[in-house]
Amino acid sequence: AAAMFLRLLSDVRWRPAASRWSGAARCPRSTSAASEAPPPAPLPGQARVVVCGGGVVGASVAYHLAKLGWRDVVLLEQGRLAAGTTRFCAGIVSTARHVSIELKMADYSNKLYQQLEQETGVQTGYMKTGSISLAQTQDRLISLKRIASSLNVMGIPCEIITPKQVAQLHPLINIHDLVGAMYVPEDALVSSANVSLALATAASRNGVQIHERTSVSHVLIQKGRVTGVETDRGKIQCQYFVNCAGQWAYELGHSGDEPVSIPLHACEHFYLLTHPLKEPLASSIPTIVDPDGRIYIRNWQGGILSGGFEKNPKPLFTEGRNQLEIQNLQEDWDHFEPLLSSLLRRMPDLEALQIMQLVNCPESFTPDMRCIMGESPTVRGYFVLAGMNSAGISYGGGAGKYLAEWMVNGYPSENVWPLDLKRFGTLQSSRTFLRHRVMEVMPLMCDLKVPRWDFQTGRQLRTSPLYDRLDAQGARWMEKHGFERVKYFVPPGKDLLDLDQSKTFYKPDWFDIVGSEVKCCKEAVCVIDMSSFTKFEISSTGDQALESLQYLFSNDLDVPVGHVVHTGMLNEKGGYENDCSIARLSKRSFFMISPTDQQVHCWAWLKNRLPNDSNLTMEDVTWKYTALNLIGPRAVDVLSELSYAPITPEHFPSLFCKEMSVGYANGIRVMSITHTGEPGFMLYIPIEYALHVYNEVMNMGQKYGIRNAGYYALRSLRIEKFFAFWGQDLDAFTTPMECGREFQVKLDKGMQFVGQEALLEQKQNGVYKRFTMFILEDHDTDMDLWPWWGEPIFRNGRYVGKTTSSAYSYTLERHVCLGFVHHFDEKTGEELVVTTDFINQGEYEIDIAGQRFQAKAKLYPFSSLFTQRRRKDEVELSGYQRE
Amino acid sequence: FYLTPPQVNSILKANEYSFKVPEFDGKNVSSVLGFDSNQLPANAPIEDRRSAATCLQTRGMLLGVFDGHAGCACAQAVSERLFYYIAVSLLPHETLLEIENAVESGRALLPILQWHKHPNDYFSKEASKLYFNSLRTYWQELIDLNSGETTDVKEALINAFKRLDNDISLEAQVGDPNSFLNYLVLRVAFSGATACVAHVDGVDLHVANTGDSRAMLGVQEEDGSWSAVNLSYDHNAQNEREVERVKTEHPKSEEKSLVKQDRLLGLLMPFRAFGDVKFKWSIELQKRVVESGPDQLNDNEYTKFIPPNYHTPPYLTAEPEVIHHKLRPQDKFLVLATDGLWETMHRQDVARIVGEYLTGVHHQQPIAVGGYKVTLGQMHGLLTERRARISSVFEDQNAATHLIRHAVGNNEFGTVDHERLSKMLSLPEELARMYRDDITIIVVQFNSHVIGACQNEE
Repeated sequence: AAAMFLRLLSDVRWRPAASRWSGAARCPRSTSAASEAPPPAPLPGQARVVVCGGGVVGASVAYHLAKLGWRDVVLLEQGRLAAGTTRFCAGIVSTARHVSIELKMADYSNKLYQQLEQETGVQTGYMKTGSISLAQTQDRLISLKRIASSLNVMGIPCEIITPKQVAQLHPLINIHDLVGAMYVPEDALVSSANVSLALATAASRNGVQIHERTSVSHVLIQKGRVTGVETDRGKIQCQYFVNCAGQWAYELGHSGDEPVSIPLHACEHFYLLTHPLKEPLASSIPTIVDPDGRIYIRNWQGGILSGGFEKNPKPLFTEGRNQLEIQNLQEDWDHFEPLLSSLLRRMPDLEALQIMQLVNCPESFTPDMRCIMGESPTVRGYFVLAGMNSAGISYGGGAGKYLAEWMVNGYPSENVWPLDLKRFGTLQSSRTFLRHRVMEVMPLMCDLKVPRWDFQTGRQLRTSPLYDRLDAQGARWMEKHGFERVKYFVPPGKDLLDLDQSKTFYKPDWFDIVGSEVKCCKEAVCVIDMSSFTKFEISSTGDQALESLQYLFSNDLDVPVGHVVHTGMLNEKGGYENDCSIARLSKRSFFMISPTDQQVHCWAWLKNRLPNDSNLTMEDVTWKYTALNLIGPRAVDVLSELSYAPITPEHFPSLFCKEMSVGYANGIRVMSITHTGEPGFMLYIPIEYALHVYNEVMNMGQKYGIRNAGYYALRSLRIEKFFAFWGQDLDAFTTPMECGREFQVKLDKGMQFVGQEALLEQKQNGVYKRFTMFILEDHDTDMDLWPWWGEPIFRNGRYVGKTTSSAYSYTLERHVCLGFVHHFDEKTGEELVVTTDFINQGEYEIDIAGQRFQAKAKLYPFSSLFTQRRRKDEVELSGYQRE
Repeated sequence: FYLTPPQVNSILKANEYSFKVPEFDGKNVSSVLGFDSNQLPANAPIEDRRSAATCLQTRGMLLGVFDGHAGCACAQAVSERLFYYIAVSLLPHETLLEIENAVESGRALLPILQWHKHPNDYFSKEASKLYFNSLRTYWQELIDLNSGETTDVKEALINAFKRLDNDISLEAQVGDPNSFLNYLVLRVAFSGATACVAHVDGVDLHVANTGDSRAMLGVQEEDGSWSAVNLSYDHNAQNEREVERVKTEHPKSEEKSLVKQDRLLGLLMPFRAFGDVKFKWSIELQKRVVESGPDQLNDNEYTKFIPPNYHTPPYLTAEPEVIHHKLRPQDKFLVLATDGLWETMHRQDVARIVGEYLTGVHHQQPIAVGGYKVTLGQMHGLLTERRARISSVFEDQNAATHLIRHAVGNNEFGTVDHERLSKMLSLPEELARMYRDDITIIVVQFNSHVIGACQNEE
């Protein structure tokens, strides 16, 4: 294999660009004798930023930091530049991505690489070949059509083509088992090593110091801040450290004074290189992606390069870097056999083609198939960009740009929450968990992405004390941030489809089950276990808690004790960093409820902003309380039977919180909110009482027709009531003004708060996007594709935005989509202010996998859906789920 | 007509049986880990039998395969009775006395054997009293003969074999007032059976063989590869020593007629067997027994037929050849199988297939392309063939089943070919016997740790 490494390297036409390059990097690649190499340039004693990792990701971060004007940047590479995973990367730049932010990163990378050769003079091997993604099944074609819709509205040329057209674009393909394909003509091929070198060259010209053969042994951290790094060649003091160590990022994360948990794990990845065909393939031949066959095939020097994502991946380096495993990274033909069969099925004429090599190149994978970006929640100045899930080249450019923006400007120019390191906690850091999860994730790269699929590995980690009880009653589970949550309850005697068969883009098999749960919520009473919510207690000896929270939250928290306030936790631009409910337990203490996946992010946000005052304490009490949502018109009756405290609306109005006894159990925090707009209560129960309270509620509830319900029912209820959820509908780029929540902002609360200025400006000048509810008009629930999220919205035939969530409303008997409407100038494309009239005076269509459905836009929910009229400012508009 | 893989599996697995020697807290004192056994019929009904039992009054385990001919009666009787004869032969004098006293005074009898039987392996209820009486006579004689010497396993095995065959012969001559039993004992005596029995006690392995079934030891070499060691000699025309033995036992005038067409007297394939009184009794005795016997016997042409050139009986014996082997840590398993297996598979292949199956390791060298010119098509062919070899292993939970799958389904490349397997198994009853014989296999797995420890003690 060593010979092959050299071969690949000889393709790398790399020119030392500037004298800044240190030592070993300057000598010709082919020489291995150390004596010929001039002594390496000395390391600087200090720098602003130290980037660790000289692959495409590290080079891109350094390149963009330099572009943004940061000069004092040092890039360290333990071996040689572009010598790790990057060197063996297949070099396919593909924009066909499901997640919008990934699509944007890939698009940016493509445009960056295209002009890189011109910018740097380094040949990158960039070749615009286009790519064809094949569909062997109708479901796959639907999946491709959804991507095509996204690409088209992004302005990326893309079309769905017939098998015959595939044959015209690529002479070798067997099209007999195809139902269609997606052609993206601007996708490209590059030499990934050369791209990295080009980025490094440009970075170096802009002042980045690059040192090869320098490995970081330790990250120095003082008082929760990065202060420097120790390397095998000495110490560098720095303010920022960027971990771009790829598959070694996990280990490097644990080699600091404080561990930084970076949940990723390496798997072996194989691809095949062949000698040229008799008639060598044209260099412009499109790259083929055959997800049903689990393979990709690209042109490689007149022959082919083909690899894939097998069903039985081989994870490695579970216990860290291991020489034995590195040596064992050999060609494993038996393991590659299914992919080879798939290749020969797709291109039968290749039988006679001669093999050159089977390359084994480990790739790192993350627990949710998305890369890891951002600042550590515990160590300031410690940034991470790693875990590319074998799309390092496609994402490298864009991801490097966003991270550089993040470091320089405080936040990237796009919402990167789906990639944020803080979406994970230490719970995803177990090596066993990661090993098992990446074995599931790697095959998923090729699996069909259908709505509402759940990971199967690493489950039953965090559970409610009621887990077994609910499970025995037919609960079906999904997982959020490691916590098991009920989707719905399968009634006894009823069987659902197998997991595989239940994967559909159409009406799911649980439709009627959830329908009856919704009906029960509407007409009687249901219990939903919502224990996964993040719960913090913030208290102080004096007024510190109130003062700090008033500054950090946009609503007025100086309310009477026992009131619950819905409020955003906004950033300087007025965008939602978190959306929560805060109960004032006493003059000096507050109980804060946030979405499940906010546990790490919200904690870090508050920790970094609360004054360092020993009289002010914040505690994460998530694990201390079980949360039961008692939802429905009869909830008040059930609760009345279980407590002597008066529960009637006069004594217990909406948005109140009382500590009371339920059954024998005392100290239950009861709040008159349900996160759905339905009447009812949230019960926060100390966990040791959970089973008792649940049993009492279920027994007492019998005569009111109580039953269990799950999150799918909850979602249907909240969406038909136009409730936005953080993480799904709301993000750091959305302000309360843009989603009709001005009433949750108290601009005049008598003191300054974060985001106030931005909101004031919006109040004066208007908003540039508006959260809107769409009711699908001509959509047949039984026959048509269901909306999910990310569907393009068209107003009078022009693209205006995308949906963020959707659900079937059993009350309206229609699908409801929520999403944002923008106003793009017809000529310039410039974003204009969105007015109420603009929303109301349009004809809307929602594009589901290329098919457009008429939709009615609404800015306010149907008031008829609310059983109780409330004052407008009391309307409870908050919720925490992200589907 | 085509059998699906699940149908093939259900046929192959119908008779499979596994036994694991119970292990307590890792204190496994047995050198045997357990065994897998299975049978695939070609005759209807099958004429092969198998037995496995643990000796309770002495140490050791008994395992045997029995290949019947001219019906299954003799094989059935031997499979039920032989282990009792062996166990009794091994018992010390005091235990024999204790048992006899218990029977005499009507007290509960000490159990002698613990059987490990597949539900299809039956014992005849009707004959149990008769069989018991014969056995009791045997141990009474042993008590009377008390030599005071410790029992030698080899001798015990030989005595048990000879005694049982003698009893079968006597029971047929004496007859039984019960007409069913009378007919049964005659059928047992006039049919025949070979026997290949292993007795394992610690590191001492004895194999007693009568006929053409075979015992083979699977040995793992230091490099991990597998080799086979024979622990029995076939008693048939291919065994020159055996042919020689038969010839010395009869006058020179019969030399030419003794073995014809590789058969004893031109009729019988195995040169040693239980039953087969047609090759053991004098013509007069045969005639007398047949004539006085039930009508069914008289109607049977075979029983009335006297072998040609039948001058100096007996021509056949049940006396076994016994081989003693001291188990070594590299001896991983023992295969006992009837000739149905050995006709189709070479012992070296048997050793490899079972060895790879039991260790779960397939000593397939990883493929490296290196400097060779290999095309994608060639590589694909090679890989699918290797995959087929592996996947057939995972279908089976039983080493004997796995071996049968290979024996019946192997193609010229030594891999299981489903199409061939399907064809062989879907043959109609009347045709099956032309393409294959009954196959019975027992694979005994040894515990190398225990064997290693025993060796060190000695």
